[in-house]
Amino acid sequence: MVEPLTADELDWDELGLKVGLEIHRQLDTPRKLFCRCEPELVEEVPEEPRVRRKLRPVQSEMGEFDPAALEEFKRDRTFHYLSDGSFSCLVELDEEPPHEPCEEALDIAIKVTLLLGGEVVDEVHVMRKMVIDGSNTTGFQRTMLVGIGGEVPTSEGTVRISTICLEEDAARKVKGWDQELQVEYCLDRLGIPLIEVSTEPDIRTPEQAREAAENIGEAIKAVGGVKSGIGTVRQDVNISIEGGAVQEIKGVQDLNLIPKVVRFEALRQANLLRLRDELRERGVKETDVVECRPVDVTEVFEGTESEVIRRELERGGVVYALKLPGFDGLLGFELCPGRRFGTELADYAKRRGVSGLFHSDELPGYGISEREVEEVERRLKVGDEDAFVLIAGPEDRVKSAMEAVKDRAVMALDGVPAETRRALKDGTTEYMRPRPGAARMYPETDIPPVVISRKRVERLRRELPERPWERREKLLKEYGLNEELVEQLFEHGRVEEFERLVERTGADPKVVATTLVNVLPRLKKDGYPVEELKESHLEEVLRLHAEGKIAKSAIEELLGALAADPDADAEELAEELGLIMASREEIERVVRKVVERHRDEIEERGMRAMGKVMGEVMEVLRGRADGKLVSEIVREHIKRIAGE
Amino acid sequence: MEYKGEARRFLEEHGVEVGDRVRIVRDDGVEIEGIIMPRSELGDDRHLVIKMDNGYNVGVRVDRIERLEPVGERREPEFRPLEGEIPEDPSLPNVAVMSTGGTIACRVDYETGAVKPAFTAEELVSAVPELPDVVNIADVRAVMDLLSENMEPKHWVKIAEEVADALSDPDVDGVVVAHGTDTMAFTAAALSFLLDGLPGPVVLVGAQRSSDRPSSDAASNLIAACKFAGEGKVGEVTVCMHGWTADEVCLVHRGVRVRKMHTSRRDAFRSIESLPIAKVDVRDLRNPSVEYLREDYREPEDGEPELSGGFEERVALVKFAPGMDPEVLDFYVDKGYRGIVLEGTGLGHVSERWLDSIERAVDEGVAVVMTSQCLYGRVNMNVYRTGRLLRAAGVIPGEDMLPEVAYVKLMYVLNETDDLEEVERMMRTNLVGEIERGRTIGGFEPADGPHHRL
Repeated sequence: MVEPLTADELDWDELGLKVGLEIHRQLDTPRKLFCRCEPELVEEVPEEPRVRRKLRPVQSEMGEFDPAALEEFKRDRTFHYLSDGSFSCLVELDEEPPHEPCEEALDIAIKVTLLLGGEVVDEVHVMRKMVIDGSNTTGFQRTMLVGIGGEVPTSEGTVRISTICLEEDAARKVKGWDQELQVEYCLDRLGIPLIEVSTEPDIRTPEQAREAAENIGEAIKAVGGVKSGIGTVRQDVNISIEGGAVQEIKGVQDLNLIPKVVRFEALRQANLLRLRDELRERGVKETDVVECRPVDVTEVFEGTESEVIRRELERGGVVYALKLPGFDGLLGFELCPGRRFGTELADYAKRRGVSGLFHSDELPGYGISEREVEEVERRLKVGDEDAFVLIAGPEDRVKSAMEAVKDRAVMALDGVPAETRRALKDGTTEYMRPRPGAARMYPETDIPPVVISRKRVERLRRELPERPWERREKLLKEYGLNEELVEQLFEHGRVEEFERLVERTGADPKVVATTLVNVLPRLKKDGYPVEELKESHLEEVLRLHAEGKIAKSAIEELLGALAADPDADAEELAEELGLIMASREEIERVVRKVVERHRDEIEERGMRAMGKVMGEVMEVLRGRADGKLVSEIVREHIKRIAGE
Repeated sequence: MEYKGEARRFLEEHGVEVGDRVRIVRDDGVEIEGIIMPRSELGDDRHLVIKMDNGYNVGVRVDRIERLEPVGERREPEFRPLEGEIPEDPSLPNVAVMSTGGTIACRVDYETGAVKPAFTAEELVSAVPELPDVVNIADVRAVMDLLSENMEPKHWVKIAEEVADALSDPDVDGVVVAHGTDTMAFTAAALSFLLDGLPGPVVLVGAQRSSDRPSSDAASNLIAACKFAGEGKVGEVTVCMHGWTADEVCLVHRGVRVRKMHTSRRDAFRSIESLPIAKVDVRDLRNPSVEYLREDYREPEDGEPELSGGFEERVALVKFAPGMDPEVLDFYVDKGYRGIVLEGTGLGHVSERWLDSIERAVDEGVAVVMTSQCLYGRVNMNVYRTGRLLRAAGVIPGEDMLPEVAYVKLMYVLNETDDLEEVERMMRTNLVGEIERGRTIGGFEPADGPHHRL
C-alpha cells in the first residue's frame, strides 16, 4: 500500500513547481465601472426588492460551450438578487444596457500598466467572461485588457507580468441554502471597478509567490485611487507541478496565506500523482469505473442508526451505492492535511445538491453498522480490492451526484484534473468548478471599443509615482532607515509623506519615520484625536525639533497637545508646555546650582560624581536639553571644581 | 462587420483575413498573437481586432504595426448542438415555431461576427433543451430575417399566411412566432385582425436580453409561449413575455391590448388597462404551468383558419404636440393618403388651428380617427368645445383603442371599405378585443411603484 507524501518531503525544483498570480484590487472611483451608481457597499442588506433569476450557458463565438458553465447549468440553481435604488440601478439588474466604462478607472489601469513597465493597448475592447455561478446578474463578468507585459522583482528573480485588466466586481453573496442551489446576492458590490494584474507562471517557490504578490499590491497602491480594507484585495493563485495540472485557487485574502496555499496545493498534486500510479499498478482501467452503475440500496438502511441517512429517508429520500473498482484503501488516502481523496469525491457530490457522502474506508462508522456495510458490499459485488461510496438524499440529486463522483474517480486515473478551487482559512483548498477555457470570453457588443490615445498615455506616464521596490532601495540607502522602519512606512502608506517631511524640515529621517509609524499610532491608542493632525502640524513640530528648539522626546507630547487643539501655534504651545529647549545659559545655571549643592562630594570623588550630577540636572530640565550638551557642561564644571 | 478603409487595405496588403492567426509586432516591440476578429460596426477603420489566446480581444492601431506574419492553421468555427436527437412524446401537444428575425434563437457567428438567427428544430432544441419536455416541435419555419423595426404591412401578411398554413395541419395545436420586440405589438394587432377562424393560439414571443447571454429571457419566454400555444384553449393572437423582472412568471397578453412600455426591461410588455389572458409559471422550465386570468377569450374554431382581408398602406399615425403645424395633415392628404390616426391630447384633442386641415381631409374622403396619447382611458369628444368641433368636422372617436392598434385597424378597415360611415361603424365596433366594454378600477396599477397610495 502506497504512503502519502508530507509537506516536509517536498523539493520545489524537483517537483517543477510553477506559480502564477492574479492580484485584484477594488478601485475608489466616482462611479461604478458601467453605470452611475456609487461604488460603495451598504451596511445593511435589504430584504426587498428581491428578484429571482436563472442562468444558462451559451456558445462562444468559436462555437464552444465553456465546461465550467455547462457544469454549473446542470445544477439548476436559482439566484435571488437584492437590489435597492440606493446602491444599484437597472444596469446591475441586467435590465438596462451598460454605460460607457468609467474613465477614471481606465486611467488607473493605464498607470498601473506603466508603473509595472508594461505597454498599453491601442484600443480597449470590453469582453464578457462567462461566470454562471450567479455572482453576475448577466451571467458574465465584463472585463477589458488594458496593458500587456511588465515585470516585478523578487529576491528570487524577476516575475513577468502577462496582463493588466480592468473588470467589474461581482455581486456580494449574502447566503446560500438548499445545498447552495439557492443563493442570495446583494447587488451593491456588482460593478465596482477592479484592477487585475496577472503574472506569468514564473514563480518557483512558495515564499517567492508571497513576495511577488506583495510587490504588485504595493505598485497598485502606489498609483492611488484604490480602496483599502477587508475584502478590497483578492489574490488568485495558479499552481501546477510537473505532471500535474494548473489549479486556479480563488480568493486568498491574506498575503501570508499564499505560501501555505502553494505548499499544500503542490503536496495535493504530488499525492494525486502517487494515487494515480498506485491505481495503474493495480491495473484499474477507465472502463472498469465507467461501467459501474449506482445501485439503489435504500432498503438496506430501513431502521438504520445513522442520523444523516435516517433524516434523508424521513424526507422521502433514497440511498444509492456506487462501487469503485480497485480503489480499496485509497479513499482514505491523505492528499494534504485534513483532505483525503474521499473529500475530493465529496466536493464533487455536494455540488449536485447532496450533503456529502460516506466511503468504505471510513465504514463501519457514523452510525452505519457492519451488517449494513456487508449487505451493500454483497449487492454491489464489492471485491477485496474495491471500494464504494454511499450517498443519501432526494433521488434526482443522488443520481446526479453519483455521476459526478464517477467522473471524479475516472479523473484520478489521469492524475490531476484542472480545477477552480476555493482557498480555505487553513491554507487548504476545496473544489469549486472545472477550470474555464478561453471559450468563455466573448465580446460585449453593447459597448463600443475605447481608443487609448498616445497623448493620454504620455500624460498619465508623467503622473506616475516611483516604483515601490525602487523607493524601498532609496529609503534604505539614501535615508539610512532600517528594514523594519521601511516596511512600516509602506504598511502605513506614509512613504510619500515621509519623504516630503524629511525634505521640508531637515529633521533626522529616523526621527521622521518613527514619528509617523510609532508616535502617531501610540497617541491614537492613548485616545488623542490624531485624525485632527494634518501634515502641516507634523511639519511644524518636526521643524522645531530640527532647529533644535524642542527635544526628540518632546515630539510626542507636543503632537498630542496639537491634536487636542489643532488651531494652536506649535511653537507657542511648546513654550506653554515648557518644551522649548533650554538655552546654554539656562543649562549652565542649572548645572551651577546642582554642582554647588554637591560641592563636597565632587571635591572628594571627582569625576565619579558625574552620574549623580547628570541625573539631577536632567531631572530639572525635563528633557528640554540635549544629553550630550548637558554632559559636556557638567564635565567642565566638575573638572573645574576638582582641579581647584 | 467588415473592415473598412485603412484597416481593410492593410489586411489586403498582407494577404490575411478575418479568422487567420497572426503574430503582430508593434512599434514599441510589444508582441501580440491571436486570431483576427471581425470589426464592430461601432469601431473606426484604423484598428485591427485580435483575439488573444487568453480570450481577450484588443485593438491594434494599423499604423503602429511593424510586422505582421501569419502563424499556424486557420480555425473554422462550428456550432455544435448541446444534445443530439430530439425526443418525441406523443402525449405532449404539437407546436409550430417560426422565426421572423428576432433574437430568440441565435448564435454569434464567427464568420461575420454577427448575432445570426440559427433556425432549425435541432438548433432550437440545442439552445433550449427543456423544450422537448413541454411540447413536440412539430414544424419549424424561418419565415424571414428582419429586424422588427424594418417590418412592413406586407410582412404581416406573409407571417399570417405561414401561421394559417401551419394551423391547417390538424395535428398542430398552436403556433409560436419569434419576433423582435420593437414592433411586436404592431404585428400582434395586425395578425389579430387578419387571421380569421383560428383553431388554436398564435403566440408572439421575443427577448429583451438576447439569447447570446446567460441571463437571456429568451428561453423562458419561448417555453412559456410553447406551453400556452400547446394548451390550444384560445383562438386569439397573443404576446407572451416576462411579467416582471424576475424569471418567475410570463404573461400572455391579448394582441390588441399590449404595448412595449420600457426600452430595456424584461417586463417591458404590458396589457394596457386590460387584464392579460393568462400567466405562465416558469420557475421550473421543464414543467411550466398556465393559469387563465380571464374567461372572455375567444374559443378556438374548427376548421382551417383564413386571412380575412389585407392592409391599406396609405394610412398615417400622427402624434400632436403643442405648436405643431397642421400642414403635416395637408401633406398626407396631398399624397393621397386614405386614413390618418391622430394621437391627440387628453380626451382626444388637437389645436383648433388644425380644424381647417382636418375638415379638408374629411371632405376629400380621408378617414380621420382620434386616439389619445394618454394611452390609458377612453376618448371622449363631447366634454370640451374643441372635441365637439373636431367631432363636427368628421373625426371618428377611437374609443379606448391604443393608437398603434387603431392605426393597424384603420389599415385593415380601409382595405374593406371606402365608405366613411362604414369606416366609422367598423372602427367603433369591437372586432377582436381591441375595444373593451368599460374601464374599471384596478386596470391602472403601476407594477412596482411604492409611492402611489397612503
